[in-house]
Amino acid sequence: MVDLFDFESSNNNIDDGKKIYSVSEINNEIKFILEDSYPVVWISGEVSNFKTYSSGHMYFNLKDENSQISAVMFSGYNQKLNFVPKDGMQILVFGKITSYVQRGSYQIQVSYAKEIGIGTLQEIFEKLKNKLQLEGLFEQKCKKQIPYIVNKIGIVTSKDGAALHDILSVLNRRFSNVEILIYPVRVQGEQAKYEISNAIEYLNNNYKELDVLLVGRGGGSLEDLWAFNEEIVARAIFNSKIPTISCVGHEIDFTIADFVADLRAATPSVAAEIVAKNRADIEDKLLMLKKSIIDKMTNIVDIASEKINKFKTCRALSKPYLIYEDKIQYIDEYKEKLINKVKEIFENKQHLLQLKIQKLSLLSPLNILERGYSVCFKENGELIKKSKQILKDDIVNVKLSEGIIKAKVL
Amino acid sequence: MKKHTFETSLKRLEIIVDEMENSQLDIDKAMKLFEEGVSLVNECSSKLDETKKKIEILIEKNGKIEKEKFIGIENDNENK
Repeated sequence: MVDLFDFESSNNNIDDGKKIYSVSEINNEIKFILEDSYPVVWISGEVSNFKTYSSGHMYFNLKDENSQISAVMFSGYNQKLNFVPKDGMQILVFGKITSYVQRGSYQIQVSYAKEIGIGTLQEIFEKLKNKLQLEGLFEQKCKKQIPYIVNKIGIVTSKDGAALHDILSVLNRRFSNVEILIYPVRVQGEQAKYEISNAIEYLNNNYKELDVLLVGRGGGSLEDLWAFNEEIVARAIFNSKIPTISCVGHEIDFTIADFVADLRAATPSVAAEIVAKNRADIEDKLLMLKKSIIDKMTNIVDIASEKINKFKTCRALSKPYLIYEDKIQYIDEYKEKLINKVKEIFENKQHLLQLKIQKLSLLSPLNILERGYSVCFKENGELIKKSKQILKDDIVNVKLSEGIIKAKVL
Repeated sequence: MKKHTFETSLKRLEIIVDEMENSQLDIDKAMKLFEEGVSLVNECSSKLDETKKKIEILIEKNGKIEKEKFIGIENDNENK
């Protein structure tokens, strides 16, 4: 409500009967309302983004599942603390709400703080992790293989973040022929989880040809990275037909997204390196195989031509007459042997014949005569074996070994 | 010729190299393997060269998502 007095005092600020504030005016007004309404307040919440400046003042956020508020604890107060606040810690604070007009922001100025337990974000994280693990979303057998050869890369991250810059500079340095499609999303804040999961779904529906999806963001506090611990994001990654590589924050940051992704890269740069290295390795391997088959073929051809050369220079082909000469000699030898053999056989036979002749001659009647016997024949040549064959006065021929006696029987 | 997946092509290439290395091949068989190998190498190389370098970004315009050339990293290139 605006009263008449205000209309009069700031005469430029009237338009159609409505009061128009300057930014300073509205912030000032809010400051008074806030600071007057909450001069003393107790708040319980989880510490995040905790920093101590060189001034000794502590700055942090207090948050719960759905909301957060900035907090400051000046050094004069925080020196009395009996614990050191840390991200994730659940604390109870006492203080007043103050507004910083220059920025239009408000915060709680803490004068007392007390530790009350571990942060609930960790509890939520563990709870969701266990639930999804039981459902089998992290199982190795559900992991898709990152394709052998990556030609088309989808990236789901913030358009202005360090992650995109890191990924692109690695890919730029190492690749020449890849297609990159960026789906820009918010990676922190309430909407981040919806944008991230929508992007994954959209790329799956409209760019099925992508070989891999890189999903992630640069480093930040646990709460900055929280979108990657949301169930909706985990399920989108799990349902992605396109293999996903998660790359959230730094090496030490593990998110639910990391457990469910097909591959976890420690950082966005590492994700890009993995994809790039794969491709470089394959290019090297292909070159090596190409060289190998050419070498082997050359080798086989060399061996074959060596064989052919051997044939060309072998005696049979280069000096065929040598074979012929050998054969002639061989034939000559055998011819000689054959003749000798025949001769030998012949001589043997001759010798045998001689022996037979000798034997025969021993049996000859002439031989008996030689020993002093003689044979008598009648004149008609009849052999006289008995005396009654002849009569008185018959003429007989007595044959001696030498000569014949003609005699008359008395 | 049948189109292989990149992976099977590469595996087949490895087998070819092994075969050419280890067994006493007659030259006809070797020639056949060699020809197959060379065509597999070409197939794989062309798969690697299939895409040209391209960076695009999806932008929502009047409720429709459209692809645009991404120029965010061009400055980096020029510095190199």
